[in-house]
Amino acid sequence: MTNDPRFLIRCGSITALLVAWELAARLNLATSFHLPALSRVLQRLWTNALTGDLEIALLETLGRTLCGFGLAAGLGVVVGILMVRIRFAGWWFEPLVSLGLPLPKIAFLPLFVLWFGVYEESKILMIAFSAVFPVIVGASAGAENVERHLVWSARSLGVAPGKILWDVVLPAALPQIFTGLQIALPTALIVSVVCEMALGGLGLGATVVGSMRMMDSVGSFAGLIAIAVLGSAMIKLMEQMRRRLLVWHPESHR
Amino acid sequence: MKGPGRAVAATLWRYMPVVLLCCAWEVASRSGLISSDTLPTPSAVAQAWLGLLRSGDLVSNGTASLIVLSEGLLLSVTVGIALGVAMARIPLVEDILGPLVKTLYPIPKSALIPIMIIWFGLGATSKVASIFLGCLLPIVTSTFYGVKGVERTLIWSARALGAKPASVTWGVLLPAAMADILAGIRNAIAIGFILLVSSELLIGQTGIGFLISFLGEAGSYAGMLAAILTISAAGFFADRAFVLLSRRVLVWRG
Repeated sequence: MTNDPRFLIRCGSITALLVAWELAARLNLATSFHLPALSRVLQRLWTNALTGDLEIALLETLGRTLCGFGLAAGLGVVVGILMVRIRFAGWWFEPLVSLGLPLPKIAFLPLFVLWFGVYEESKILMIAFSAVFPVIVGASAGAENVERHLVWSARSLGVAPGKILWDVVLPAALPQIFTGLQIALPTALIVSVVCEMALGGLGLGATVVGSMRMMDSVGSFAGLIAIAVLGSAMIKLMEQMRRRLLVWHPESHR
Repeated sequence: MKGPGRAVAATLWRYMPVVLLCCAWEVASRSGLISSDTLPTPSAVAQAWLGLLRSGDLVSNGTASLIVLSEGLLLSVTVGIALGVAMARIPLVEDILGPLVKTLYPIPKSALIPIMIIWFGLGATSKVASIFLGCLLPIVTSTFYGVKGVERTLIWSARALGAKPASVTWGVLLPAAMADILAGIRNAIAIGFILLVSSELLIGQTGIGFLISFLGEAGSYAGMLAAILTISAAGFFADRAFVLLSRRVLVWRG
């Protein structure tokens, strides 16, 4: 297997990029401010990890992102399902959601600061506001597509309406709900990084901008790598969770 | 029975919740239920908007934003489609770029803004570069999957009829993959708006994002809200216009 040239090229391209980065910096193809050597950036990450600064920033960003995302997920699923199950809710929320979905919601950040201050509340609410729309759309699309005969059979078997919602509609809508959540989580991280960059604090976004202002580009690149790793880990975890939670669903047996 | 009056009435009924919310907003801030310092009335916002329009601030900053956004998007669309087609058609390119795209895709796009500032300084170039890099990968991946999904028989028949590789790409691959490519571009437009506003909030100098933070810091909240609603409306209508355009382009598929 390992002699397969395609496999070797695939492994090689990332390594080649990293080596090219290091070489370009060592050969002074760019100033060390514009392109600090990869080894120095990794070293900085390691020192920050030893002093605990990296962990603090990472947890700060992670916590904020998950808080906002959790709010958006809970609210979005409820609203999305209500929109399908209750006619009035559908009429009320449909135009608001179709207006809200394509908006560049980050523009509201100064307004959120005015309303909720420069601390946690405004950041978390901003994240939730940005992430909630894809969840609503996913949940309502999922609830819309629940096969009617599933609901009918449950009803004819005498299941109470509340139980139908919980035991039939919610599981049947889960794949599309998850798709919405899988769009919402990266959005939440993007927005929380922007909030930290604009408003400061202890998170990774603030570290990157703080280092930039101090002309410490090694710090900025180290922060970028930390954010990138966090983003990849979150996306991988969501995929794993989807596979676990939807084991019973036909999509996992393809 | 389907007169234009009926369509207008239907649209009005559909968007009634938005109208009702605006009325509630006006009443709430007039009656002092919410302090008009933190939430200016819609009429005050409309007045501030007209003021910004007359003073030329809205037009000059709006043009600056528009130029930055269209430069970034055009760049990412051309490069993205070219890379996506190359990856789908040439195995070596796929082997080299595939792993890189996969690794870099989950990086939260906003984290690149400070790095772009380090590279290109505080100016329009950094904004364009952030938008270009942020929008590039979604277009590359959607083009890649679109072209990969083109039925082989289409390509074979074109070749059998004597079409050259270039005309296979232009005449067969791109039209057949157009739906996926357009979906990728729609996604990119939304990301582009987010990055535009974020980078303008962070870099300042010009643009609607700059106007928003400038007016906010000056305490002119009605003006700030007017600017926020302007860029929101731009994002919304850009999305709608693109959807209509896509339908036009794809009309031949039925």
